[in-house]
Amino acid sequence: MGWIGDTVDSIKSIQIRQLLTQAVSLGGYLFLHMSKDPIRAGEIVVFNVDGREIPIVHRVIKVHERQDTGEVEVLTKGDNNYGDDRLLYAQGQLWLQRHHIMGRAVGFLPYVGWVTIIMTEKPIIKYILIGALGLLVITSKD
Amino acid sequence: MCAMASLSDNLNSPSPTSQIQILNINWFQKQPHGNDEVSLTMNITADLQSLFTWNTKQVFVFVAAEYETPKNSLNQVSLWDAIIPTKEHANFWIQTANKYRFVDQGSNLRGKEFNLTLHWHVMPKTGKMFADKIVMSGYRLPEEYR
Repeated sequence: MGWIGDTVDSIKSIQIRQLLTQAVSLGGYLFLHMSKDPIRAGEIVVFNVDGREIPIVHRVIKVHERQDTGEVEVLTKGDNNYGDDRLLYAQGQLWLQRHHIMGRAVGFLPYVGWVTIIMTEKPIIKYILIGALGLLVITSKD
Repeated sequence: MCAMASLSDNLNSPSPTSQIQILNINWFQKQPHGNDEVSLTMNITADLQSLFTWNTKQVFVFVAAEYETPKNSLNQVSLWDAIIPTKEHANFWIQTANKYRFVDQGSNLRGKEFNLTLHWHVMPKTGKMFADKIVMSGYRLPEEYR
């Protein structure tokens, strides 16, 4: 793993080390916490489906937000797909809820792919990850 | 490089325009599962040319109906979307029925007032995406099923 491996090893917290290792091995997708901003149509979200290893990065096309609880049910779809993602969800599942969603895509870095953002209680983690990403971009070969 | 790309995107001051007319309510029913559903035909015009910069890969545009019900403080239902690959494709009009089903969670759509919002999400070649929308209000569904 080289540079990234050294960084990962030097991080003291076990949980954060595990997260970073997972993040890098998933080829550029970063999953930590979902920011507290409400989920709205048009956003590209990252979610996991039972039985699939690779998370899906698709756009929200429908949002229904409850008056009382603020809980939300969303429907997603890949931009280039004909139909929505209901065939990908678990059997009988019509909507994604907040707890299914791991992050939002906010941009695109060459070599790395979509970068999801992530709010974390520990700002230092955010800086380490952004730094790691930046170095990945600079040091990777075409 | 990415930072500079995003910075130059920030200096661009886009001024998109749009109008949406509802030409026809094709049908409007309560489905067997108890939820209201409506099919409508719209005329959508938009000029999104000002969004395109050297760093623009493509623009994703969509029209959503937005409305409130007693159960849901917000319902956003995408009715139509398209990928605009170049500036030359960005000044358009289209007449279309809704691409995605306009289904309520419940039976709240009779006489319902709603907004139509045209959203654009600009995907960069590199860097941060940006998005915004135009909100058009004053639309209203029929009082009766048809």
